[in-house]
Amino acid sequence: MTTIKGEPQVKQEPIDTAYLDNVLEQNMQDPENLIMILQDISAKYNYLPREALNYVVERLNVPMSLIYSAATFYKAFSLTPRGKYIINVCLGTACHVRGAGKIKESLEERLNIHEGETTEDLKFTLETVRCLGCCALGPVITVNEKAYGGLDRGKALKVIEQYEREA
Amino acid sequence: MSKLQSQKDYENFRDRLKKKRDPERLLVSLCAGSGCGASGTEEVREALEQEVSKNGLKGKVEVKVTGCHGFCEQGPIMVIYPDGIFYPKVKPEDVPEIVSETIVSRQVIKRLLYKDPVSKKRISKEEDVPFYNQQHRIVFGNNGFIDPANIDDYIAVDGYFALVKVLFSMSPEEVISAIKESGLRGRGGGGFPTGIKWETCRKAHGDIRYAMCNADEGDPGAYMDRSLLEGNPHSVLEGMIIGAYAIGSNQGFVYVRNEYPLAVKNLGIGIKQAEEYGLLGKNILGSGFDFTVKISRGGGAFVCGESTALMRSLEGKVGRPTAKYIHTVDKGYRDSPSTLNNVETWANVPVIINKGAEWYASLGTERSKGTKVFSLVGKVRNTGLVEVPMGTPLRTIIYDIGGGIPKKKKFKAVQTGGPSGGCIPEDFLDLPVDYERLAEVGSIMGSGGMIVMDQDTCMVDLARYFVDFLKNESCGQCTPCREGITQMSEILADICEGNGKEGDIKLLEELAVMIKRFSLCGLGKTAPNPVLTTILYFRDEYETHIKDKKCPAGVCKALFHYEIDEELCNGCRLCALKCPQKAITGEKKKSHHIDQDKCIKCGICYNACKFDAIIIH
Ligand SMILES: Cc1cc2nc3c(=O)[nH]c(=O)nc-3n(C[C@H](O)[C@H](O)[C@H](O)COP(=O)(O)O)c2cc1C
Ligand code: SF4
Ligand code: SF4
Ligand code: SF4
Ligand code: FES
Ligand code: FES
Repeated sequence: MTTIKGEPQVKQEPIDTAYLDNVLEQNMQDPENLIMILQDISAKYNYLPREALNYVVERLNVPMSLIYSAATFYKAFSLTPRGKYIINVCLGTACHVRGAGKIKESLEERLNIHEGETTEDLKFTLETVRCLGCCALGPVITVNEKAYGGLDRGKALKVIEQYEREA
Repeated sequence: MSKLQSQKDYENFRDRLKKKRDPERLLVSLCAGSGCGASGTEEVREALEQEVSKNGLKGKVEVKVTGCHGFCEQGPIMVIYPDGIFYPKVKPEDVPEIVSETIVSRQVIKRLLYKDPVSKKRISKEEDVPFYNQQHRIVFGNNGFIDPANIDDYIAVDGYFALVKVLFSMSPEEVISAIKESGLRGRGGGGFPTGIKWETCRKAHGDIRYAMCNADEGDPGAYMDRSLLEGNPHSVLEGMIIGAYAIGSNQGFVYVRNEYPLAVKNLGIGIKQAEEYGLLGKNILGSGFDFTVKISRGGGAFVCGESTALMRSLEGKVGRPTAKYIHTVDKGYRDSPSTLNNVETWANVPVIINKGAEWYASLGTERSKGTKVFSLVGKVRNTGLVEVPMGTPLRTIIYDIGGGIPKKKKFKAVQTGGPSGGCIPEDFLDLPVDYERLAEVGSIMGSGGMIVMDQDTCMVDLARYFVDFLKNESCGQCTPCREGITQMSEILADICEGNGKEGDIKLLEELAVMIKRFSLCGLGKTAPNPVLTTILYFRDEYETHIKDKKCPAGVCKALFHYEIDEELCNGCRLCALKCPQKAITGEKKKSHHIDQDKCIKCGICYNACKFDAIIIH
């Protein structure tokens, strides 16, 4: 689960019920597809907004405790807002032996947040992952879905700079 | 496309496809697997398309965007047929020359050829590259010829022919016997004989049975399942349909990691196309057999790769393992008999049916048959996916195929089997790799991760790495696993931070026995393995950490510092320029000095110095 550094500046947007209805529809309103429903909500909001979960509780007729246990068990989910750019540093074995730890340290230093945290301006969230499946290119990071391989400290910082410049 | 409704339909369609594909035609195979994608395939593809139309070659040259060719480190990879010219690390600016020289004039561009890091020679053909020419790619070989989004490519290499054979000329029992005879064992970790699993499931009581594919690929450092699903999804689907026919199942699932978006996408396209062709769904090829497949995306928990946890996760619950006294083949998903196999296991099935169980069993060793795909990564020159017959020695894989250790460093160990595996030292480099021999030296096959480590890897830190990994991934329901691993992690942290005590090694060993014996699932039962093998083979390194408070590999920050050797330093200033802390001072052409108060031990100077003047103390 991620936390935001400092005071988050989140505007509580109203929940898009049409989107949620569509997600529930596609997953056949079946509680068995809960994990995929949560994934789809996460894909839109970058996290699981409380109101959206309330809506799912109502529509699927399942207890909030069930949703809560799944949302906290699986790494893919966060109950607090995450940044526009989610950086995942691979800490898998292949990346580890090629210095992934140092990449993580330098990103933490640069963004002034720790693993699992989001920058105050909600631009970046720093997370780690156990393997991205690009092991031959280690160390690897992803920013949202784009992967960057063959990194060292300098190259990793350049990647982040590129996103810092973007709005 | 109308559905194929009989064996004849399939054969006619396949033969038409084959006839259209002249083996002498100009074909550019461009890898767009995840590895090459990260190195810039998309830009190369755009440049290629532009050049092809600029030169009026549309319709004369076919551009095939494929899945992983295996040599990901050299990406983006391009192979130009019919000559098989191999260009690694292609850049968009190389493309105009490739089109005018190699495609139009069929000339090789020397500067773009692969340079073997060992012999330093340029090599022009893919099949002559040492990384490839010692492999035996029965599962992976077709990846370079298949656009995963086009089912016709798979059918043109006789894809789905094994399914035809099974549906129209074999009974389910005959399929099971063939798989049993082939000796195929699960590629997901345990190495359980696949035929026996299928037979048990077929005989289990129940009306509904499920065939499932485990694509959770938890082993960090292994990515063959990802590459297979991305590059050749139909081979996995065909295996599943055959398996479903054998066990008597009409419904299947593929449980894929959420971190693998391209695999999910390509598999989704594959399922849709197979349905359109009548190869999946109701009354497959008019045989009367029904089978549908659904994709389920995991939520990112390592333990969900375990069979019982995976079934719970499929049911939308928290993925906690359950006791194994009831097997999932008897009572799995929704309490019905379920057969769960790994991606690579499924992909082997059509090969066995096509080439025969006897042929398959002729590959490999006494009790481990066929080939295995390894993910050869870490401190090795050629990294990528390597498919070799079972029983191939570690040395062949690491040195002949992998090209050995880069930067003149020394080999230290190879880690196999992921977090449940172990570290194998230099003494065992000639070990033939199969299930039994790996177990003999305290490791396992696992899913085929093979992480090479050199002198700069600290074995205590590595043990700590795995233990911390498992501490975070333990589902926490049994005390020995949850608390035991946490204790191990604390002891290892103490050792790495210079607070190791006499007796710590013994304590680790005792904890290991307890955790192994009293944990419920495979995660806990195997969690101590990396600690035990590193203690077994690198005990002196533990002792140096504990007694001398030193980390010889220069990894544990509290236990070493960098110094510059006055004799060796020639004052080139490179290190001083690169140091992010400005910790290095000295005059040009004179020996330099590190200010230990400023140094953060990032290692940049150590890696930069070309004269080996920076030394770990
Ligand atoms: C903690 C844990 C994680 C596992 N992760 C995977 C995995 O990611 N992929 C996989 O195929 N098998 C994994 N397995 C093994 C599965 O439980 C199961 O044995 C396997 O999928 C069966 O397929 P096979 O017989 O084809 O190997 C894991 C086992 C354990 C105990
Ligand atoms: S051994 Fe560990 S991961 Fe497995 S069930 Fe027990 S606590 Fe969970
Ligand atoms: S890079 Fe090496 S040789 Fe050059 S100044 Fe630094 S220590 Fe001396
Ligand atoms: S280890 Fe890093 S901080 Fe220390 S002297 Fe070398 S480059 Fe500078
Ligand atoms: S270990 Fe980092 S991508 Fe696999
Ligand atoms: S992704 Fe291109 S060779 Fe592996």
